[in-house]
Amino acid sequence: MRFGVVVFPGSNCDHDAWYAVSQNLGHQAEFIWHDSASLSNVDAVILPGGFSYGDYLRCGAIAKFSPVMKAVRKFADEGGPVLGICNGFQILVESGFLPGALLRNRDLRFVCRDVTLRIETTNSPFTCAAAKGQLMRVPVAHGEGCYFADERTLDQLEAEDRVIVRYLDNPNGSLRNIAGICSERRNVMGMMPHPERASDVLLGSTEGRVILESMIASMAGHLGARQ
Amino acid sequence: MSTLPPQEMEKVRAILKREPNETELGIFNVMWSEHCSYKSSRLHLKKLPTKNARVLVGPGENAGIIDIGDNVAVAFKIESHNHPSFIEPFQGAATGVGGILRDIFTMGARPIAVMDAIRFGPLDDPEHGERNKRIVTGVVEGIAHYGNCFGVPTVGGETQFEACYNGNPLVNVFALGIFKHDEIFFGKATGIGNPVIYVGAKTGRDGIQGASMASEEFSEESKSKRPNVQVGDPFMEKLLLEACLEAMHTGAIVGIQDMGAAGLTCSTCEMGSRAGTGLDVDLKFVPQRETGMTPYEIMLSESQERMLLVAEKGREEEVFRVFRKWGLDAVTVGTVTDTGKLIVRNHGAIVVDIPNAELADEAPLYDRPHGVRPYRTAPMEAPKFQSKDLKADLLTLLASGDLCSKRWIWQQYDYTVRTNTLAGPGGDAAIVRVKDTNTSIAMSLDGNGRYCMLDPREGTKLLVAECCRNLSTVGAEPVAATNNLNFGNPERPEIMAQLVESIEGLGEACTHFGTPITGGNVSLYNETLGEAIWPTPVIGIVGLMKTAAPVTIPFKNEGRTVILLGGYGSVDDVRFGGTQYAKAVLKTVWGLPPALDMDYEKRVHTAIREVVQQGHAESSHDVGAGGLAVALAECCSLGIGAAVEVKTSMRPEFALFHEGPSRVLVSTATPEAVEQIAAQNKIECVRLGVTLKEQLRIDGLLECSVKQLQQVWEKSFEEMLQPAHV
Repeated sequence: MRFGVVVFPGSNCDHDAWYAVSQNLGHQAEFIWHDSASLSNVDAVILPGGFSYGDYLRCGAIAKFSPVMKAVRKFADEGGPVLGICNGFQILVESGFLPGALLRNRDLRFVCRDVTLRIETTNSPFTCAAAKGQLMRVPVAHGEGCYFADERTLDQLEAEDRVIVRYLDNPNGSLRNIAGICSERRNVMGMMPHPERASDVLLGSTEGRVILESMIASMAGHLGARQ
Repeated sequence: MSTLPPQEMEKVRAILKREPNETELGIFNVMWSEHCSYKSSRLHLKKLPTKNARVLVGPGENAGIIDIGDNVAVAFKIESHNHPSFIEPFQGAATGVGGILRDIFTMGARPIAVMDAIRFGPLDDPEHGERNKRIVTGVVEGIAHYGNCFGVPTVGGETQFEACYNGNPLVNVFALGIFKHDEIFFGKATGIGNPVIYVGAKTGRDGIQGASMASEEFSEESKSKRPNVQVGDPFMEKLLLEACLEAMHTGAIVGIQDMGAAGLTCSTCEMGSRAGTGLDVDLKFVPQRETGMTPYEIMLSESQERMLLVAEKGREEEVFRVFRKWGLDAVTVGTVTDTGKLIVRNHGAIVVDIPNAELADEAPLYDRPHGVRPYRTAPMEAPKFQSKDLKADLLTLLASGDLCSKRWIWQQYDYTVRTNTLAGPGGDAAIVRVKDTNTSIAMSLDGNGRYCMLDPREGTKLLVAECCRNLSTVGAEPVAATNNLNFGNPERPEIMAQLVESIEGLGEACTHFGTPITGGNVSLYNETLGEAIWPTPVIGIVGLMKTAAPVTIPFKNEGRTVILLGGYGSVDDVRFGGTQYAKAVLKTVWGLPPALDMDYEKRVHTAIREVVQQGHAESSHDVGAGGLAVALAECCSLGIGAAVEVKTSMRPEFALFHEGPSRVLVSTATPEAVEQIAAQNKIECVRLGVTLKEQLRIDGLLECSVKQLQQVWEKSFEEMLQPAHV
């Protein structure tokens, strides 16, 4: 499988995502510079964490105007899997791929720690290799990760089984403990926690791998179906 | 606008053979400031050991560099940003992080870890408590803001409180980066005719004369110096990092230096003086974000996120292409010449004409008087005291500002970015792995103003010992050091005596433990309204180990043997006076710091390294501030406690709380193996007891639930930060 990791000016988890995919999981990963008009021939896209464009104005607000986002839009419209992690989630929300907003953390401070997530559904290319209710210990590191949406949107997300992961120990005040959601078509997911930081035995947890492994399994399934 | 002491003014006239103009005077003033020239400390810094087989680059460059094998080198250094952090805590601390990061990547290394040693006035200080809280909050947010956005993990540090920092907090930032041996760059302007290129942020009026400000005592006027504090933009710095490293890979760059203290002035004359060349630059090319700036202002601006580089003539476009990609300014501002002079023009007209070598290297050197006893503010004799309740004493210590958990602070730092952090904040030493090798780097920062006030020489030796012990506790071998010497006004002999004693102690200890000093920073004039801080050297030591899952502080399992490697140590009335017990429980300080036997200490380091490396330690923790009881309590943070017996003839307060060095607490399933290693290294080894559920019991002395210990230790800091009266 070939993953494309988009690099915006200010991305700083791009290398971590690249390392998890290529070194921890043994798949191909390449960087895609933000002003590229195409994604070449990648099978999946990761929008990594960081502070794209310094997160000036609002987190992710400027990145949505990057040329590469048009290509990402086209890729997603064609059903390609897109995973936004942390700042990547913020960019997906700002770009309208996903509903809601990410506000400053409840206590107004940046928070870096391990959290426990529960996988709420396996009906997504990001969790298909997991078990429903499976717990995973992964780090968060963000200042603006408090997921917010109006009641109707939240109800809709729940009704459509689009809340993919939830915090058991909510670190930021996210409504309904939401840590990650997917798009209507289910092929675009945003999450604040960092599965790529929990993919290496040496770092104390490999429980984040299941997200990337699901993507790989789902793509393999698709390719198989196509053949 | 600028002034120099009369004798230095004479020297300027002798160098120029005429009167300097205002811009030249400003340049001399800043280059010959204490901050840039080390004029009071240079003479004594020469006494420090600076070499061993691993040291590739020692003091004098932007950072020291050591070899760690596999063709990988490590650049690291510590720097202070004390004065700016008092005037404007958030930006002062943020730009402190930015400055040291540039020191690392200007040499070609990618920063992979940051640590901070920060010191403030007490949060419950009756007069300054509320201000201290604002400073703590601002400094922590500033460090978090800059490091998190830049994308470097802040993996550890230390936070302490003393009244002497009420008007003069200390913010010392350590950074470490890695690169290949053939990727090292120096700040040298070589190659006559090569273009001098300015890259990065535009120049504004911020931070003008910051280096000079950092070389003065604080007075009431200092509050009006807020405009002297620079404003940081970590996003710009991240772009600058990526662009610089990419530009270095083109092979077109021959020398590069960041514009830190004294900005364009320092970078031009130092790059010229290191290469024995001259530089001829015209200020009309310098990107400016304000209009009407004078040559004086442009030369002395300390605007952040700027670099000066020298490229190979004819290959400018290769460099420009990289900076355009990252959206950064890059313009040729001048050329390297063979005159040895710094020539600065303003639209062609010469405004500065100074010989580089004299400016950079012939700075005044002072042998300040120091033939008196170092200044100390404590009596030698111990007061009479008797504990009423040892458990209450332990809880008081665990809740105290110095010893309580600093989770509130380090949780605001991204310590896992770059996926290298094997052991982050809260441990004895932080550990980051080096990808694609089997090596990990451990690092620790240590300082103790109280010990050093009581005895600067012995206090400093104890710091080096503790720092090396912290590294050994996680299984790493200490290899090289950096230091940040925070002192008062060196023109006062009793302060100068502290500095000299401390440097000599540092030299002795670093020689003994095999950790040469590869660079560092001296911050003097840390005084406010005539009141000096306690002498506060901060030591940062780097150690190496094989990459492996880290051994951490907390007890992991019940039924393990608890061992005190190194034994009970020794203490007497006088040497108990510098302890946290004296400070937090008895609210006083006296006497001398603990006694240190460096030979014994080193054997303890060897032993604990062997114990950890051979897999005998399930947990391992240095016995430091607060003594044995506090160390035991800290081992209980995962909910496993212990029942131990302390069999010594010492009085209970000493047995539980003395801070004698050379001791490490280990929990193990293989106690015989640990004892054997101890015997081989000729050190004492005491079986204290066993780990168990939920209780910490020290036979006959105190008993406490682990839950209570945890609650007090974890919650104290946030409670202390609450405003006093709401």
